[in-house]
Amino acid sequence: MVATPIVEVTSAANPQQSKVLKAEVVDLNFHYGSVQALKGINMPLYEKHVTALIGPSGCGKSTLLRCFNRMHDLYPGNRYEGRIKLHPDDTNLLDPKVDPIEVRMRISMVFQKPNPFPKSIYENVAYGLRVRGVSKRSVLDDKVEEALSGAALWGEVKDRLRDLAFNLSGGQQQRLCIARALATDPEILLFDEPTSALDPIATASIEELIGDLKNKITILIVTHNMQQAARVSDFTAYMYIGELVEFDATDTIFIKPKNKQTEDYITGRFG
Amino acid sequence: MTSTVAGIPAIATVPPIVSHRLARRHTRHIKERIIEFFLFLAAASSVFTTFAIVYILVSESWVFFQQVPLRDFLFDTQWTPLFSDAHYGIMVLLSGTLVSSSVALLVAIPLGTIIAIYLSEFAPFTVREVAKPFLELLGGVPTIIYGYFALLFVTPLLQKIFPELPGFNLLSAGMVMGIMIIPYVSSISEDAMRAVPMNLREGSYAMGATRFQTALRVVTPAALSGIAAAYILGISRAVGETMILAVAAGMQPNLTWNPMEPAATVTAYIVQVALGDLPHGSIGYQTIFAAGLALMLITLFFNILGHLLRKYYRQAY
Ligand SMILES: Nc1ncnc2c1ncn2[C@@H]1O[C@H](COP(=O)(O)OP(=O)(O)O)[C@@H](O)[C@H]1O
Ligand SMILES: [Mg+2]
Repeated sequence: MVATPIVEVTSAANPQQSKVLKAEVVDLNFHYGSVQALKGINMPLYEKHVTALIGPSGCGKSTLLRCFNRMHDLYPGNRYEGRIKLHPDDTNLLDPKVDPIEVRMRISMVFQKPNPFPKSIYENVAYGLRVRGVSKRSVLDDKVEEALSGAALWGEVKDRLRDLAFNLSGGQQQRLCIARALATDPEILLFDEPTSALDPIATASIEELIGDLKNKITILIVTHNMQQAARVSDFTAYMYIGELVEFDATDTIFIKPKNKQTEDYITGRFG
Repeated sequence: MTSTVAGIPAIATVPPIVSHRLARRHTRHIKERIIEFFLFLAAASSVFTTFAIVYILVSESWVFFQQVPLRDFLFDTQWTPLFSDAHYGIMVLLSGTLVSSSVALLVAIPLGTIIAIYLSEFAPFTVREVAKPFLELLGGVPTIIYGYFALLFVTPLLQKIFPELPGFNLLSAGMVMGIMIIPYVSSISEDAMRAVPMNLREGSYAMGATRFQTALRVVTPAALSGIAAAYILGISRAVGETMILAVAAGMQPNLTWNPMEPAATVTAYIVQVALGDLPHGSIGYQTIFAAGLALMLITLFFNILGHLLRKYYRQAY
């Protein structure tokens, strides 16, 4: 009777324990030209935890996620206001003086549709290191193996690292993209609906992988699937038309949300 | 039933006359058949023309090869069909074609590719909109003008660097031919690069790559099948080009691998004979069909190569 609660308190099931801030979104507004897509977002991101962004389609989940690695800088007319502070060094990721390439060196991203490059499996994983100027064979070999193992793909591909990545199945391609993102040892990993193009078995393996990865890395994941959010995340943010309606531990959001709107969405009354 | 609700027209109560409708459908049907027939005719005429050309080339070459063994045609090192001691070594003409085409491709492939990468990945919208028509203009200039440009402008310029360069030479003709081919290479390559999906570029940027790295390491390999097709088209254009070479490279058959020399190409030889006063049916006249057949086989080879490359690099996005 005494031993049981101790185990529970130290397990990851209780995210309130030992939470360290990894990043903080402060008063973030975002505009696509004249269209404001994010309004006054404030949100923490805890180290080595999974945070899920949920909400109806078009509410701004991807937009918020893509602020973290300055993806919006690729297109003209986009504008950020506010800050995303990255700890421990307190860098404001959105500061125009901060080079977006520096940001992307620290924060990796996995996309909705697997997007392997037209290269071999090996070169796909080595890509991030190569663009950073790493060319030493032994370093690349080690990192590629480590990243592929981290993405639970090493066993399946270790004998055909020179094959084109396109020959892999959809689920394998997505795990390859995860390996590619892991190879550079990012501090935060962003996922934008990583399983929406996959079948249920591939989806399960990606979800399991996310569960393993959070021991090493901070994860922010967009998902349109509430069961997925409940399964993989420790914290959940519910968004609605560009605003953050509620942020809390995933258990709280799903069992007793404070906001009526969140409750309606969770219980499937709209969305 | 027939009452009109605020602006919505009433449903017609008198049914249209059935025979009238049928008659209209009948004439429409005939019209469609006629249009279809003309479309078919247009398509068939291109196929027919191709077959007719191949037929003439092969049958006339057949006459030629009755008198000249294929061995001599392929391996003789002289091309003197009009001399009393006639030799028919096609290598002599092919060397001119090969050297001038190589020079042209050394100009067109690097420049065309760089222009394509710039226009597709770097150029601001306005620059692209201005540059593209100019490039296309380059491909629309009549080749005779390029020929005289090579002869009267580029050759004298080159002679300032290489004083011993003769007035007719493959180098100058090849370089100008390369400039002419640039738009063929660049526009097809650019189309292929722009067709590369945005999510691939985003994947590269998200890994911390620069624009330059993304263009070279992700977009270019992804567009490789289209770029290969562009190169192959460029090669076909170079091998088949006539006027620039006839004007600027001379008409003298010359077995050489040196671009600083004058030499006739296969095409230049064909115009020379076709415009000359050789009697039809003579063996001298017959040579142009054999030379033409050789040219066509080379182009065919490159087209098939292009097709295979495309298939090999084809990737499903
Ligand atoms: N490139 C863009 N330009 C203008 N508006 C955009 C652009 N991308 C997204 N939006 C708008 O921003 C809002 C949020 O989009 P998004 O973040 O993609 O939503 P979600 O990922 O939650 O489905 C939507 O209303 C969408 O129409
Ligand atoms: Mg989205």
